[in-house]
Amino acid sequence: MTPIAITMLVIALLTIWGGLALSLVNLSRHPEDEGNLPEDIAPEL
Amino acid sequence: MTTPSSASGVKPASASRETFSTRKLFILSAIGSAVGLGNIWRFPYIAYDNGGGAFLIPYLAALLSAGIPLLFLDYAIGHKFRGSAPLAYRRLHRGAEVLGWWQVLVCFIIAIYYAVIIAWAAMYTWFSVTKAWGDDAAGFLMGDFLKVADVPGVKLEYVPGIFWPLLVVWIVTIVIMVAGVRKGISRANGIFLPLLVVMFVLLVVQSLFLPGAIDGLNAFFTPNWEALGDPGVWAAAYGHIFFSLSVAFGIMITYSSYLKRKTDLTGSGMVVAFANSGFEILAGIGVFAALGFMAQAAGSAIDEVATAGVGLAFIAFPTIVSEAPFGALMGVLFFGSLVFAGMTSLISILEVIVAAVQDKLGWSRIASALAVCVPVAVISTVLFPTVTGLYLLDTFDAFVNSFGILAGALVAVVLISWVFRKLPTLSVHLNRSSSIKMRRTWMVLVGVVAPLALAYMLYNEFVTKITEPYEGYPVEFLAIYGWGMAGALVIVAVILTLVPWSRKSKVDDPEYAAIAARENEETTP
Repeated sequence: MTPIAITMLVIALLTIWGGLALSLVNLSRHPEDEGNLPEDIAPEL
Repeated sequence: MTTPSSASGVKPASASRETFSTRKLFILSAIGSAVGLGNIWRFPYIAYDNGGGAFLIPYLAALLSAGIPLLFLDYAIGHKFRGSAPLAYRRLHRGAEVLGWWQVLVCFIIAIYYAVIIAWAAMYTWFSVTKAWGDDAAGFLMGDFLKVADVPGVKLEYVPGIFWPLLVVWIVTIVIMVAGVRKGISRANGIFLPLLVVMFVLLVVQSLFLPGAIDGLNAFFTPNWEALGDPGVWAAAYGHIFFSLSVAFGIMITYSSYLKRKTDLTGSGMVVAFANSGFEILAGIGVFAALGFMAQAAGSAIDEVATAGVGLAFIAFPTIVSEAPFGALMGVLFFGSLVFAGMTSLISILEVIVAAVQDKLGWSRIASALAVCVPVAVISTVLFPTVTGLYLLDTFDAFVNSFGILAGALVAVVLISWVFRKLPTLSVHLNRSSSIKMRRTWMVLVGVVAPLALAYMLYNEFVTKITEPYEGYPVEFLAIYGWGMAGALVIVAVILTLVPWSRKSKVDDPEYAAIAARENEETTP
């Protein structure tokens, strides 16, 4: 691959997949509120 | 466990609204909806054709300035007003209900043709093993498989090779929809999405080892910086992000209405948005590595083989499968991925309609799912597995995207932002329990940037389609199935809005009233 194509490949992976990684880390720091979990059995309509 | 209704002392509704059992299943389902056929067969070519590596800049700009803000708008409406698109919009403002029905009808049109593409992909998964297309993938697709008529129109001349797989697709889909949010949608996404990711990663790895793959990646990632000066490239980025994230046609409103009350809406949305984009980048790498191989094998340049849509999936890829080492495996992985990506999206599209009927009529899940899915399946199997199905599909797709989704989104953001002035209320709701706060910047992006981008795209689409007949199809055909269909969606949406809500409907749901009252108390200083 050409150097510029490799550079853009790396930037794309870092920004998009890096964004995904950061989003996942952020979400893991804010766990679900157990007090507001729905009932165990789905209230099927 | 204390439920919101019992906590407030209000008698709960006879049947509570279904919920995703965990946040993870909501996120999986939302990603399943966003990751569809377009991620695989549209994004790679759009990026290549609009600046290659340089496209990353308008793509990221569109994602951050319009895609994610509009995604959060849908989440806020669905979660705050806890209803299907028509009910949520009605609770937002009485005059907004018609927007919800418009979105439901858009989903109806998409559902009837989307299933057909899944059926094609399912058949091609098998054809990959037998290499049924021989040396002429294009001739096989149009002649032997689709048996496409010479002239566009609507002929009820059936093609059994499409009819039967389409029937199977609908039976599987109906079973999932009848099973409900937890037992159907959540489980299906919990199985299909991981399978899709594993299969697609294997496909990308296999593609990267093909001779010529490096040339394909060079073509895909080499930036053409001059493209950044072209407004069309920026419009392509906004257009792609808009369609890719499944925003503004009711899906995310419906899915977020199934979330529990205290949930991290924006944190979850960020994961969905970046996972969708992450899959697109992966698709770009896999598709262009394979196209690089195809170009080398044919002794041609990448730009001669690069294509999108049906041409990429059902003509270029079969050619690659025929020539590549372990081609059959590659075909099974590629077309299997299309099937799973399509199924998770089709489920989400149908859920918009099922939820709307369920809310409006107060019917059970099973009755609503059958009342929606069976007629949709019948219309789909009557109209599309025919010799003219491809023309109809192409026309429906082109016009519903432009004058259904795009126009509907523009009207919705303008009404919500400038007429009903609900953005501050929705901002407060988003910030109630979200980790990433949405305040003034979000309101500017939704109220100013998104409408401008949508209006520009809609104007371009209008000019393009009014200047010359779409794809050279007969004017009468386009007048009925293109312009006529798009106009009919608005008229029927108005009629459905005027139909009174059933006494058993969810419009006066005491459970929602209790939740709304409690949340209003919490947010009122």
